[in-house]
Amino acid sequence: MAEIHLTGRAASPGLAIGPVTMLTAAVARRTASDDPAQEAAALRAAIEGARAEIANQIKTIRGDVADILEFQVAMLEDDALAEPAYGVISDGITADHAWRLALDVEIAGYRAAEDEYFRARAADIVDIRDRVLAHLSGVDTVARITSGSIVAADDITPSAFLAADWSHGGAIALAAGSPSSHVAMLARARGAPMVVGLGPLSWNGQPPALALVDGDAGTVIFDPEPETRRLFEQRMAVANAAQAAADAACLESARTADGRRIAVLLNIAAPEDLAGLDPAICDGIGLVRTEFLFEAAQGLPDEDAQYAVYRRILEWAEGRPVTIRTLDAGGDKPIAGLTIDNERNPFLGLRGIRLSLARPEVFRVQLRALCRAAVHGALKVMLPMIAVPSELDRANALLDAEFTALRAEGIACAHPPLGIMVEVPAAALRAEDFGAAFYSIGSNDLTQYTMAAARDVGAVADLNDTGNPAVLALISRTVEAGRKRGVEVSLCGDAAADTRLTAALIATGLTILSVSPIAVARLKAAIAKVRS
Amino acid sequence: MHDAHASRPGETAVPLTASAVLVNKVGLHARPSVKLTQCAKGFTAKIELALSADGPWTDAKSPVKVMRVKAPQGATLHFRVTGSDGKAALAAVLALVHDGFGEA
Repeated sequence: MAEIHLTGRAASPGLAIGPVTMLTAAVARRTASDDPAQEAAALRAAIEGARAEIANQIKTIRGDVADILEFQVAMLEDDALAEPAYGVISDGITADHAWRLALDVEIAGYRAAEDEYFRARAADIVDIRDRVLAHLSGVDTVARITSGSIVAADDITPSAFLAADWSHGGAIALAAGSPSSHVAMLARARGAPMVVGLGPLSWNGQPPALALVDGDAGTVIFDPEPETRRLFEQRMAVANAAQAAADAACLESARTADGRRIAVLLNIAAPEDLAGLDPAICDGIGLVRTEFLFEAAQGLPDEDAQYAVYRRILEWAEGRPVTIRTLDAGGDKPIAGLTIDNERNPFLGLRGIRLSLARPEVFRVQLRALCRAAVHGALKVMLPMIAVPSELDRANALLDAEFTALRAEGIACAHPPLGIMVEVPAAALRAEDFGAAFYSIGSNDLTQYTMAAARDVGAVADLNDTGNPAVLALISRTVEAGRKRGVEVSLCGDAAADTRLTAALIATGLTILSVSPIAVARLKAAIAKVRS
Repeated sequence: MHDAHASRPGETAVPLTASAVLVNKVGLHARPSVKLTQCAKGFTAKIELALSADGPWTDAKSPVKVMRVKAPQGATLHFRVTGSDGKAALAAVLALVHDGFGEA
C-alpha cells in the first residue's frame, strides 16, 4: 500500500509516530417510551446526570481544563439549551432524537460563526450533546483512546481527549477541527502533537495501521514506507534531544555570561508562525513582515482584514511589545498591481517606504488598520528603507491624519510609536537626525548596501558579510545615536540568528535581537556564552 | 468607557441602560459568558444585553443565549436592567466588562 501524505494546519507542535485509532461516533441504542412526559423526564435526568458527572470531574482539576468543563456545566444548567428539545418531545419525538435535533441546531450556529474562537466552540457543544446522549442510553459513548496512539477523526471532543493518557506519546490528526479549539489548547498543554483541517480521511479498503504526525509542519503520513518511517524516527530523535536542551533554557530570559540582559524578540511573517508557541519564550515580536497579506490571491487586503491579523498577533503577545513593519514591497518582493515591473535595478528603486509614499491610498489603509489594532497591545510601527528624515516626517503626517480621522469617527484606535528600519547606510550614518521612536537595524539590506554585494550572487557572496568591520561600525553608530536620543535600538536581520556573530553584535552595544522562532533557543544559548 | 446616561437611577419601572466596550481578548466567549451570567444571576433584576442600543435583547442570565450573541472583542455591549436592585446589577456587570472579565 502506498503511503498517504496529508497536509493540514498545525494545532499543537511536535512529532509523533504510532498506531492509528479511528474515532467514530458510537451509536447508542435505547428503548424509547411512547409517553412524552416520560421522555421529557428521561431527558431531564440525563442532563442532570451529565451535569453531575462533569461537576464531579471539576473537583479534581484546576486551570484551563476546569474552565472548559465549567463552561459545559453552565450550559447544561441553563434551561434554554434543552428548551427546543422539550418542545418537540411534546409533539411525540423521542428524547434522544429531540436532544440531538436541538443541539445540532446549536452546533450549526457555532460552526457558522465568523469568529474562529466561536466556531471552535462547536466541539464543546458536540461534547455536551454526546455526554447527555450517553446518559440517556446508559451506555458510555466517550470513545476510549489507547495511550500512545494517533487518533484519526473528523473532530474530537474535550471529553474524549481528557479520557486518554497523553503522557506516553500519541497525537491527533483531524479532518476538520481548529487550532483555536479547546482540544488544541489542551493538546498544546499536554505536549500532544496535533494537526487539523486535513480534509476527508477516506481510505480504499483497510484503514491505515500506522501514522506519522508532524505537528510543526502540519502534515500527517499514513502507512509510511519503511524509509519514510526511518527518516522520521531520526528526526524525532534529533528533535527530542534538542527539545530537552532548549526547553530548559528557552523560557528563561537571555543573559550574557557576565549577566547582561539581552532581549530576544521574534521575527514572523504571518500569525500562523506563532501557532503552538508559548509567548514566554520571547520578550516580544521585533518584526512582523506584512508582505504576506499583500501576496494573497485576491488583490490588496482591506482595512478589516489587516486589522484582524494585526490584532491576532498583538493578542498572542499578551502585552509584550510587537513591532509591525509597514509594507516592504519592491526589491526582491514584487507585488502584482503595486510594485513597478522591470525596474532596471529594483534594490535601488521604488521599494519599501518609497513605494508606500508613492501609493498613499494603499499606505493609508494599512496605517488605519494599525491604529485600530494598537488598542489591543503594545504596538510599534516600523518603516522600511528610510534614507532621509523627510520620509519619516511624511509617513508620520499620514499616520497622524489617519489616527485623527478614526478618532473623529468614534472608532477605537491608538497612535502607535513610529520607528525606522536602519538598512540604508545613509540612515545609519545620520541616525540621530531622524525623529524616530526607535531604530531597528535591518542587517540584510544594510550589509548588501554597505558592501555593494548581493548575497544571492554567488561570485560576491563572501563580500556580503555582516561581520565586516564597516557594517559593524554602522551598527555601532546607530546604537550610539539611539543611546544619545534615549530610544531603543534592535537588530532584526538574519545576522541576529547567526550565532557566529552574537559576540560581535553584543559588543556594538546592542541589547535587543530579533530572530525567527526556530532560532530562539540557539540564540539564547549563544548569548549565555558571551563575555564582554 | 461606559456612558453613565443611566436614565433616572433609582426608578425601577423604567429600565436603566448603559454600555461598555468588550476589551478582553476573545470577546464574550466561553469563560466571560459564564462569569457574566453568574454575576447577573446574583441579582433579582431582569438584566438584558444587546449589541445595539435598540436590541434585540438577550437574557444576560442565560449562558446559552449569551453565547449565541457571539459578541467579539471591540463590540459595544448595551445593557438594559429592570428591577429593585437594578442599579447595583448594572454597576456589577459593567465593572465585569471593564475589567475584561479578569482576563485582560
